[in-house]
Amino acid sequence: MTAFAPSPSESALRRLSDLLIARPGLLLMLLLTPPLLWLGVVYLGALFALLAQSFFSIDEFSGTIVYQPTLATYAELLAPANLDIIVRTLVVALVVTALAALVAFPIAYYAARYARGKVKALFYVAVMMPLWSSYLVKVYAWKLLLAKEGAVTWLVHAAGLTRLLDLWLAAPLIGGPSLSVSYTGMVLTFLYLWTPFMILPLQASLERVPATLIEASDDLGAAPGQTFRHVILPLAAPGLIAGSIFTFSLTLGDYIVPQIVGPSSLILGQAVYAQQGNAGNVPLAAAFCVAPIAIMVVFLALARRTGALDAL
Amino acid sequence: MDPSPAAASAVRFRGVSRAFGAVKAVDGVDLDVAAGEFFAMLGPSGSGKTTCLRLIAGFDQPTAGHIEIFGEAVEGAPAYRRPVNTVFQDYALFPHMSVLDNVCYGLMIRGVGKAERRKTGAEALKLVKLVGMEGRKPGELSGGQRQRVALARALVMRPKVLLLDEPLGALDLKLREAMQGELKSLQHALGVTFVFVTHDQGEALSMADRVAVFNHGRIEQVGTPKDIYERPRTRFVADFVGGSNVIEPALVRRWTGLDRPASLRPEKIVLLADGAAAPEGALGIEGRVDEVLFHGAVYRVELTASEAGRLVVSVPASTGEPPSEGAPVRAAFARDALHLMEAE
Amino acid sequence: MPSDARKTVKKPGRSPLGLRLAAGAGLAFLHLPLAFILLYAFSNEDKSFQFPPPGLTLRWFAVAWDRPDIWEALALSIRVALLSTGLAILLGTLAAAALSRARFFGREAISLLFILPIALPGIVTGIALRSAFNLMTMPFSFWTIVLGHATFCIVVVYNNAVARFRRLSPSLIEASMDLGADGFQTFRHVLLPSIGTSLLAGGLLAFALSFDEVIVTTFTAGQQRTLPIWMLGELIRPHQRPVTNVVAVAVIAVTALPILAAYYLTREGEHVAGAGK
Repeated sequence: MTAFAPSPSESALRRLSDLLIARPGLLLMLLLTPPLLWLGVVYLGALFALLAQSFFSIDEFSGTIVYQPTLATYAELLAPANLDIIVRTLVVALVVTALAALVAFPIAYYAARYARGKVKALFYVAVMMPLWSSYLVKVYAWKLLLAKEGAVTWLVHAAGLTRLLDLWLAAPLIGGPSLSVSYTGMVLTFLYLWTPFMILPLQASLERVPATLIEASDDLGAAPGQTFRHVILPLAAPGLIAGSIFTFSLTLGDYIVPQIVGPSSLILGQAVYAQQGNAGNVPLAAAFCVAPIAIMVVFLALARRTGALDAL
Repeated sequence: MDPSPAAASAVRFRGVSRAFGAVKAVDGVDLDVAAGEFFAMLGPSGSGKTTCLRLIAGFDQPTAGHIEIFGEAVEGAPAYRRPVNTVFQDYALFPHMSVLDNVCYGLMIRGVGKAERRKTGAEALKLVKLVGMEGRKPGELSGGQRQRVALARALVMRPKVLLLDEPLGALDLKLREAMQGELKSLQHALGVTFVFVTHDQGEALSMADRVAVFNHGRIEQVGTPKDIYERPRTRFVADFVGGSNVIEPALVRRWTGLDRPASLRPEKIVLLADGAAAPEGALGIEGRVDEVLFHGAVYRVELTASEAGRLVVSVPASTGEPPSEGAPVRAAFARDALHLMEAE
Repeated sequence: MPSDARKTVKKPGRSPLGLRLAAGAGLAFLHLPLAFILLYAFSNEDKSFQFPPPGLTLRWFAVAWDRPDIWEALALSIRVALLSTGLAILLGTLAAAALSRARFFGREAISLLFILPIALPGIVTGIALRSAFNLMTMPFSFWTIVLGHATFCIVVVYNNAVARFRRLSPSLIEASMDLGADGFQTFRHVLLPSIGTSLLAGGLLAFALSFDEVIVTTFTAGQQRTLPIWMLGELIRPHQRPVTNVVAVAVIAVTALPILAAYYLTREGEHVAGAGK
């Protein structure tokens, strides 16, 4: 060996360091093993266990799970009532996502392009606080606001718009006996909950649009609308996609909001919850889960292609 | 190229290669850096010079060959076991430590007592003229000051070899020139072997005792700056180091009978008006002026010579007006200005 | 020269009125509902959600203070959040250290795996864990809650740490080793101080996330009640609405602190790193 070899009196740590530096692959493996074991075993293991159950069925009479591979559960999933639930949930998720993008864009754009220094910090905190505040407290707030005798009704009355609200509530589908048991109320609550998740990635991607690019477009004679459509929107797309991953995923997976605010017809999260809970039909619940998983996998693949994953 | 075999080289490479997949960043390099020498590794980016430096420092290991530092093989020894220290291109100062803590870092790791290492650190800062900056954070220093801290941090370890990776690259021109002189005198005073990586031929020629010119992972030539400048061995060295003219073998054969390319320094050519006779014993080429650029002390005149192709001539501004663009001229030079290079 | 430059730049930093109004309205939408919760906590009316409240009182704070079930739920939530955060910091940092720089086959798949727990709907995570516990006949316990929480907290720490690792110049680590420090000394003296604030920030966010989590927790808690589960119960079958209002305000206060702290920690880091850009 050479003069630069470890001496016998050295600490074991220093020798271990020698080994790890000589074999970077070993170091990488040591670093990755604990988190991979955790996520691979706890998370993926549970996920596959769940998906496997969707290929079993439930015995109608005894209510126990029959451990024989079958596609019967998927046939049940495609029954009109269940398909209804999936379609209804998708529509709600789409509406929420579109509205969230509309509410989020001006905030994100202002924060990214015009806000500087203190104002910018204020904007950031103003988005972070509602994002991280307690989910249940936020849902609760909307229950209070939308209640028949609550603040929204009071405000509408004070503004002399009671007739308009009554007309809205009388409308099919979006209306209902009161805001708190209508789709309008449910979408509003979802919108409120998930909009911050849209703002942050959107702002991050807008920050990366250099101001000179917008000026260049203006300089080349584009009207503001054209600049928006041809320059800002394409460059903001990764942020929009990343934000949509959140709004979509969160809406698909929620069963608490529709339980507290909204009409009596189930959406996906509630259906899953009910199937695995009261009904005890875990295979059907698992099959229901395949729908959001499939949608999110498509979304993630799309996000990877556009580089939106870095914006998450 | 061959130093005396008796004295142990400060750094010795024998057949050293470093491959990244199919790409050989360093390809069979032999190298001897003498103790106490100021040695420059010069080359364009991607030529393998920085990889060689990292192989000496121990940040990287060769895929083939043998490296010795003062006669001891270093194969497999990690950076922290080697008696060499590095000044990084981006200085790599620890941003969360003060200037003094940065300088004392290596001594702290070595287990030197607090009082003693503070004293040694303060001395090192004095050496690089940074007294009074001890408590500052690297973020509060100018580029030149950061560079001095990086230098002090490496020197305080009393390295057997100091490695410098483009240390002046991030400084502006004036500061760079001042630092060149300071580095040179520091090296002289300390007697430490310096191995210096640069892509700036002016820097290499003005500071180094010897220069190794790198190209495509290989060393093209090793020699004193004067050697390299006046007697390039290859077309690459002639062009990269001196901006020398390369005369093709076909033409050289006509003049000398040898089938080898030759280099011809721009300042060794005189321009004569068209039709004027060349001095006795001189060689001459007919040409036409393409472009004249004013460089202060000289004009740089580019010609297209019928036989030699493109030819650059350096004309002292003191000799009066240069020929105008488009004018036919005759370029003349002494026969011994033609330096024959290796056959290709 | 400057006046010429100004002429070519058409909109020098002045925002259109419409944009300002839209942004302001959006922010108001995000904040007013929380303000209502604050107001209701002081309402002296205890049967309905009447607005505006007929009168204000501090009485409900005292009532809530004397409720042992709230304190028990709070204690469980804090214990779960602390342990989950600790696990997440450990696992998330390891993952970030491994994935921030190294390039190897399967790297993308692995980084996708780390964000999967937040990309997939929470109910999927919850029901998957529950059915796995059932399959293994694992009884619900403190540990089953932690298992679920740590899983989605890892990604929060991971995201924070990986961003900081990427901004860290690789020559800092080489410089430390060059000066004689081995891998562990380099970790202690250079790496840890450089990523420390981002770990703390990630940890605080993970704590807030775990403290507030309810979707996954309902599946992994069994009969145990964390504070969010207690609140969910009150939302679905209200016993004493004003007490719920008070707890809601307390929860806002408790989660706001770590979030603000995390913000200030990462902000300082950005400034230092941003100076080099």
